[in-house]
Amino acid sequence: MRILAMIKRIITEMLRDKRTLALIFLAPLVILSLFYFMFQSNDNETAVLGVRNVDAALVKNLKNKQLKLQKVKSSKQAKELIKQYDYAGILSQKNEKLTLTLQNSDQNKSARIKQSLQLAQIKLRGKTASAQIKKQMKLIRQLSRQLGSDDNHGFAQKNAITYTTETHYVYGSSNSTFFDTLLPIMIGFVVFFFVFLISGISLLRERTSGTLNRLLATPIKRSELISGYLLGFGIFALCQTVIIVLFSIYVFNIQILGSIWNVLLINILLALTALTIGLFVSSFASSEFQMVQFIPLIVIPQIFFSGIIPVSQMAKPLQIFARFMPLYYGGHSLSEVIEKGAGLSKISLNLGILAIFIIFFLILNQLVLRRYRNV
Amino acid sequence: MSTVIKASNLVQGYGKTIVLKQVNLEIKKGEILALIGPSGSGKTTLINSIMGMINPQKGEVTLLDTRMPNRKILSNIGFMAQTDALYWTMTARENLAFFGIMQGVPKKQLKKRISYAAAVVNLEPSLNKQVQYFSGGMKRRLSLAIALVADPQILILDEPTVGIDPELRQQIWKELHHLASEGKTILLTTHVMNDAWEADNLFLIRKGEAIAQGTPRTLIKKYEVQTIEEVFLKAGRLQDAHTSND
Repeated sequence: MRILAMIKRIITEMLRDKRTLALIFLAPLVILSLFYFMFQSNDNETAVLGVRNVDAALVKNLKNKQLKLQKVKSSKQAKELIKQYDYAGILSQKNEKLTLTLQNSDQNKSARIKQSLQLAQIKLRGKTASAQIKKQMKLIRQLSRQLGSDDNHGFAQKNAITYTTETHYVYGSSNSTFFDTLLPIMIGFVVFFFVFLISGISLLRERTSGTLNRLLATPIKRSELISGYLLGFGIFALCQTVIIVLFSIYVFNIQILGSIWNVLLINILLALTALTIGLFVSSFASSEFQMVQFIPLIVIPQIFFSGIIPVSQMAKPLQIFARFMPLYYGGHSLSEVIEKGAGLSKISLNLGILAIFIIFFLILNQLVLRRYRNV
Repeated sequence: MSTVIKASNLVQGYGKTIVLKQVNLEIKKGEILALIGPSGSGKTTLINSIMGMINPQKGEVTLLDTRMPNRKILSNIGFMAQTDALYWTMTARENLAFFGIMQGVPKKQLKKRISYAAAVVNLEPSLNKQVQYFSGGMKRRLSLAIALVADPQILILDEPTVGIDPELRQQIWKELHHLASEGKTILLTTHVMNDAWEADNLFLIRKGEAIAQGTPRTLIKKYEVQTIEEVFLKAGRLQDAHTSND
């Protein structure tokens, strides 16, 4: 009953505060969109692709506005050619085997070359197919004229060449489209950040306005108070997560290889962690301004350990430090699920650790409330 | 009449600073007691101790024969804090309903209780207005209404008459007397000496010590002065003389 009233109150208050509402639901989308455009910005720059011994038909179909082709005669290694002439990539052919070597320092260019190559092959197949249909139509007409004839020679198939492609990278690897790597982590971070800030400030306001004291002057249990907060803000965190994930799928066209339910689950746990940490930290702030001061202290460092920079390449002490960051577990789980299609069993350890974070801070919150009421 | 609120040999403080020294206080059923003292004298600490927000360092506090701190007893206390602890984006009715539920008012009675509490403080026409559009006086009145909403046996009011116009002040006092005659026990703090005259008993507190206790009339007689204010000043001088003798 009391918990329900708490939840209802939090929702009512939030719905009436239009700016905060906008901050929760629109700001993350703006930030993520900004990211999206930042990493798509140099789309207009043309990439130069060196081609060596490639079928003329394929070359013809490869050409597009953003891809300049350069015939290469030299028999040097592709890697050296790329370094020497700063090609975005080199495509060489041997029989029906294509070898694509990409410079990959600008992942946008690499992505475009790969895309163009795929497109060219599809076009090529389409063209051969349509040419063949035309030829057959002609033959059928001929056949109908000389009915009875069994001249089938014209049907001799001219198969479209199916190329096999092998791709090499001079720098980085195949899964380094930056936005794709970054987005799962950014989703987790954005959820963490906003839930932390809003729940923390909201409890702070409750404290400074005196309503917390008034609440504690009623027979409400401390655990009821905390649960009310957890559930009330949990509902908003859930909505926020769903919106962000849907936005990523439909607007950014990001492919979630794993289950979308796992993505939501990770984000919910991440949001609850942020919530309990936010509530806890808010008791050490005496104003909204002081609450904001906790952002560089508690939220920003989490980014570094969330997987944007590979943690396994960090110095040992930092790697240990990373284990204390909730976003380390959240960010890595999100990358695993979204990029590599990991299942629940693979991320269950990370989720368990997030759950421990939540329980730990829940207990701390209970203890902190003792400062205001001893029972 | 039975004793409802009792503090005996109460010593209270935060860390090493002692805020209350050996306070003894007794309030009987149906009594209105006014706690009078300058800011920093320990009034709020005394109230917090009585409500069981803080454990007594020494001595004990009992409410309705139950030793404090006790969470469940809180449902019998209507509390009005010094600050207008209200949710600004919610309407007066929503504020009342929320605290009503928190105090444990059954859902069926909630509507009736809200109308009653709002009527006492003349807030019925503004019940559906958001608190952020209220004037200072209206907020104070709503805060008082919240203390009344659960029909508690004990009312603890921290500065209930600040920012309220004289007419309404009189009306509120009329209602408080009425509540007391129904058997409710009222403990309030005040700066306003006129409020002191309305109370049954006074409890003068200074530097964490009770310097005088009794009905307004007996106190004035005892200290041979004209006003409560003078009682306070005289008792204060006596306290200082006493402590310098120590």
